[in-house]
Amino acid sequence: MNRALVADLRALLGDDRVRTNSTELGLYGRDASNIEGSAGVVCFPLTTEEVQGCVLACVRHDTAFVARGSGTGLAGGATPLDHAVVIALTKMNRVLSVDTVNRMAWVEPGVLNLDLTRSVAHLGLHFAPDPSSQQSCSIGGNVANNSGGPHCLSDGVTAAHVLGLEVVLSDGSVVRFGGEAPECNELDLRGAFVGSEGMFGIATKVLVRLTQNPPVVKTMLMDFMSVEAGAQTVSAIIADGMVPAALEMMDQLCVQAVEEYIHAGLPVHAAAVLLVEVAGLPHGLQADVDRIVEIGMAHGAGTVRIAKDEAERALLWKGRKNAFGAIARIRPNYYLHDTVVPRRMLPEVLRQVYEIVQRHDLLVMNVFHAGDGNLHPLLIFDKREPGVMDRVHAAGEEIVRASVAAGGVLSGEHGIGLEKRDFMPLMFAPADLAAQADMRAAFDPGGLANPFKVLPSPAACGDVQHVPEGAWV
Amino acid sequence: MIALDEFAAAVGSHGPVTIAGLGTRGGAVHGVRTVTAPAGIDFVQPDEMIVSCGAGTPVDELVAAMAVHGQTVSLPAGGTVGGALAVGHSDVRRLGHGPVRDTLLQARYVSAAGEIVKAGGPTVKNVSGFDLCRLLVGSYGTLGFLGEVILRTRPLAKHSQWFVTDATDPYPVFAALYRPVSVLWNGTSVWSLLEGHPGDVEAQASSAGLTACDGPPALPTGSRRSLAPAELVAQTGDFIAEVGVGIVHHAQPAPPSTVGERESALSRALRVRFDPSGRLNPGHGV
Repeated sequence: MNRALVADLRALLGDDRVRTNSTELGLYGRDASNIEGSAGVVCFPLTTEEVQGCVLACVRHDTAFVARGSGTGLAGGATPLDHAVVIALTKMNRVLSVDTVNRMAWVEPGVLNLDLTRSVAHLGLHFAPDPSSQQSCSIGGNVANNSGGPHCLSDGVTAAHVLGLEVVLSDGSVVRFGGEAPECNELDLRGAFVGSEGMFGIATKVLVRLTQNPPVVKTMLMDFMSVEAGAQTVSAIIADGMVPAALEMMDQLCVQAVEEYIHAGLPVHAAAVLLVEVAGLPHGLQADVDRIVEIGMAHGAGTVRIAKDEAERALLWKGRKNAFGAIARIRPNYYLHDTVVPRRMLPEVLRQVYEIVQRHDLLVMNVFHAGDGNLHPLLIFDKREPGVMDRVHAAGEEIVRASVAAGGVLSGEHGIGLEKRDFMPLMFAPADLAAQADMRAAFDPGGLANPFKVLPSPAACGDVQHVPEGAWV
Repeated sequence: MIALDEFAAAVGSHGPVTIAGLGTRGGAVHGVRTVTAPAGIDFVQPDEMIVSCGAGTPVDELVAAMAVHGQTVSLPAGGTVGGALAVGHSDVRRLGHGPVRDTLLQARYVSAAGEIVKAGGPTVKNVSGFDLCRLLVGSYGTLGFLGEVILRTRPLAKHSQWFVTDATDPYPVFAALYRPVSVLWNGTSVWSLLEGHPGDVEAQASSAGLTACDGPPALPTGSRRSLAPAELVAQTGDFIAEVGVGIVHHAQPAPPSTVGERESALSRALRVRFDPSGRLNPGHGV
């Protein structure tokens, strides 16, 4: 590590907030993906000025930096490469101001998603994006990945809930994108920044839109004897003109694992279970519930269980949101994928997923945002088994290819990062990728902000190929 | 997929060129060679809540075609789809139906080099790569000329009704309503558009003391101002303000709002990357 750079950072932040010991560097050398990187130094700024100071130090020493929130990303987006400086925003975790009348709030990037919602709950408001990791993921990370979640079906992903940003660009300048005013006479830099995976700069303040809590919520569970019947029910509900608040599916292996874990009386003999939530005003909500039950029955739903109170609703959601915790009972390791396919293709692509996984002698659980066509095949395995990682990666690649071939996209909410960087040409032609590279080059001409992610074979960055251990590219 | 080869050839790769729609939002740049984008609907997929069409398709034609499927698109009426996206101004339903920018899922456009370039993807949920679609909306064609777009659709409301009441302060009404589609205020009256089940609409209206009316008031056309919603209450003169949004339609002209110097420089840098010679809709975005 560059000692002069570390000395500059220590002069700025003090010894306490600049860490170089090997244990901490190890912890910050990866995110929640299987991809290992290497952190050179980890620093913890408390203010925009300190973030700016860290970035300027990186510029002086020509060293790349990686902004990091809670590190819950699954695509290697926050994995530092080549001893980059990790700028951890976790200590910038204050809700700065809340406009209760117009329903918006300025927050720092380290505020946890669920903490934000809890802090405005007494006002009858919430932050709509709700990734399954919402107890631990940060708003800054949500911005970087344009995160989704089950309730994004009706309310939209993070981009629809971020009104403004304060950003430190990679030349150290502090800028404002968007803001309280809804329109500007310039390009939508706010919109371009959301989902840029830390490659356009570092968000230091975020103006979020807060959403009114629905007066009434109904959550129901329907079970089906085939995955196809469940998937067709999803398409039929949407085609009927309804957009439920959430529309989630779990397959049999997943339901069984979750039931053993939470004992909620889930239908373990069904091939697929749909979790449907509708929210809103009482008359419209009851009409939707009736119609959804009717559509489910017409597609062969076995039983329909409507949560009778908040406790039962919480239990059903606990099963969905903690599905990943339940798998440890089956195998110690997992690899979670994230692709999107047109809803009508769900039965066909799921059939292919089961076939691919069986051919590679692996196990898969499917628990996903069916309403969005957002698949989350969860490959489960024991990595001590010789050769298993090769099979996991081969199966993963085939699932991604099958999804794109079905008219889908590479990622619905986890992002591209390192994991899917080299699959970008499956979706985009060279001219398309060049346009995205132009965006990056305008925001970060020096290329120091989280380099080597998202864009394959970075022509603008020479011919360096940084594919670390564990990547399945 | 709509063939864009002819459109791309017309745009070419040299010399100033402008794009014309129906001329409802300012029209093409005067004195410059003019092209038009392909028109027509390629496909409608109601169960995917998407529609694909040429950027030259009239918005009203698209809305009528979607109504057959019980759906609609959240674009302001009139003009072409491409014009609505290139300008990016929402209509008075933005509070409930969202901004124009959230409507565009995928675009195939012709670049300044005359190449066909794709941005985004065909599904509602997609984080594959950088969000170029957001930059295209509101760019006035300066980054590329839209050829074919895939738009997100939404179900048509089962019931929809405008209401009005006298109010010198719009916020009690605004606070009393659950996700209204529009709340407009002129200093003395509040209008609101409510959608949903007739029983819910009626209950909401009566709890907020609203009376049904024929429609929204005519909007003053002197200027369209963009303010922090908290600043709306300070408005004076002949105006209609979109409460909760921050758009003010004012009878008096107003200077265009400005952005910071560094932010402007970044927009310029993007334009130079996408169109180094400034040939697309010259004069816009300088």
